[in-house]
Amino acid sequence: MRLLYSFLITAFSITSFNIYQQKPLEQSIADGKEIYADFCLQCHMAKGEGVKAAFPPLAKSDYLNDIDQSIHAIKYGLKGPIKVNGVSYNGNMISQGLDEEEIADVMNYILNSWGNSSTVIITEEKVASIKK
Amino acid sequence: MKRNLSLLICGFAFLSFSCDAQENGPKIQSPSTIDYTYEVVTDSIDIPWGLTFLNDNELLVTEKAGILYRVVDGIKTEVQGLPPVYVRGQGGLLDIAVAPNYNETGLIYFTTSSPLGEEKGGHTALYSTQLEENQLVNTQLLYKGDYNTKKGQHWGSRISFDNQGHLYFSIGDRGNREVNPQDITRDGGKIYRLNLDGSIPEDNPFVDNDNNRKAIYSYGHRNPQGMITHPESGKIWVHEHGPRGGDEINVIEAGKNYGWPIITYGINYSGTPITDITKKEGLVQPLYYWLPSIAPSGMAFSTSDIYPNWKGDLFVGSLKFEYLERLEIKNNQVIKREKVLDSIGRVRNVEQGPDGYLYVGVEGKGILKIVPKS
Repeated sequence: MRLLYSFLITAFSITSFNIYQQKPLEQSIADGKEIYADFCLQCHMAKGEGVKAAFPPLAKSDYLNDIDQSIHAIKYGLKGPIKVNGVSYNGNMISQGLDEEEIADVMNYILNSWGNSSTVIITEEKVASIKK
Repeated sequence: MKRNLSLLICGFAFLSFSCDAQENGPKIQSPSTIDYTYEVVTDSIDIPWGLTFLNDNELLVTEKAGILYRVVDGIKTEVQGLPPVYVRGQGGLLDIAVAPNYNETGLIYFTTSSPLGEEKGGHTALYSTQLEENQLVNTQLLYKGDYNTKKGQHWGSRISFDNQGHLYFSIGDRGNREVNPQDITRDGGKIYRLNLDGSIPEDNPFVDNDNNRKAIYSYGHRNPQGMITHPESGKIWVHEHGPRGGDEINVIEAGKNYGWPIITYGINYSGTPITDITKKEGLVQPLYYWLPSIAPSGMAFSTSDIYPNWKGDLFVGSLKFEYLERLEIKNNQVIKREKVLDSIGRVRNVEQGPDGYLYVGVEGKGILKIVPKS
């Protein structure tokens, strides 16, 4: 009986340890979808299509090929001229005040939505490593 | 009915762009002649949210990111001593307004997204303060909405005053439209009325029940980011962001329900309907609604003789279409809409200065002053 208990406790702590260390990708994407709806959708639109001449697309966007610059833009904001899929934009996206976990989640959602797919999973640690 | 039908068609078609119904008239026009230009009062402000005048040459400007500037003869200096500002989503440092009796009291009011409170997240707070050189002193929290939430949307907020010693301010629905705007025991989606010292007026409409938030003056609002006292009637005029379509101008009456989200002329950003009705008994109809949405922010009446052709007109900033809108209003009907400063940038705020000029806050630019061409 005691053995069973200790087995259960061990199993439980391994599970919770794993959850703490790395949120499953599906959960991160699901959480990221909510963040997207709250903080990003108004400009980048429901299907990541953006708004012509004003807000660049996220769907099939070549800007996302550089993961670090994408995280940097969400974390610290992005101002000035950029080129996305050959089109020039000159706007000002302010930092939304998201924490590192939220940025990882919304990145995972963006990288795996509207025709985007990525083999890279963005973690909190990755977001933390992007400095100003 | 026409609107209902178009919603129905939308629902069937599932189109996300062609869904918005026809423009609600009168159609926006470009002026035939432009006999005005603008001067830059102060530049390099990312989001000049609020603006108030200490006198003809000195103004205070809030920057959403949590900076307060004092601008003297065009030179801006950062003011110290702000309480905690919760910068998240649409939230940050919001409106600012000197008291009507500023010359006697030196009181200044401002609203900000605030992290104060038990729960995680934030809600809109109203403070009073005084300015000594470039330092805020005697800062007092007059009102703090709750319950905090980590949602980034709909904080309001604008401040105005009536001629009977009351202060009005707005809080948006805080991203919880199903719960907040129609519940007068909760904050959010409301216009509030306080005495200038922050106390609750005894004749506020909902003071009879202790469960109510007694500062509430009207409810059923989505996200009011424009508020101005009508120069003649003394009534509080407010505009609010609708969803997609359905931005509204409302004249605020005590205790009234302005309908969000039971009635609206707008639809969800995704193109799906929110409700199939635009009118209902007991719910106030807007004085005007914008369709398509202009994303209104800031509101002012021109009452001076500086722009003779604009006297009595209403001015509203458009974040979305990046112009200042001039509305001619006759018998509570909008009879003409015109673009002023077309393509100027996202217009966050507009105020009439004590000198009678119109001052415009434009994102990424700063504060502009509209001057007639001589």
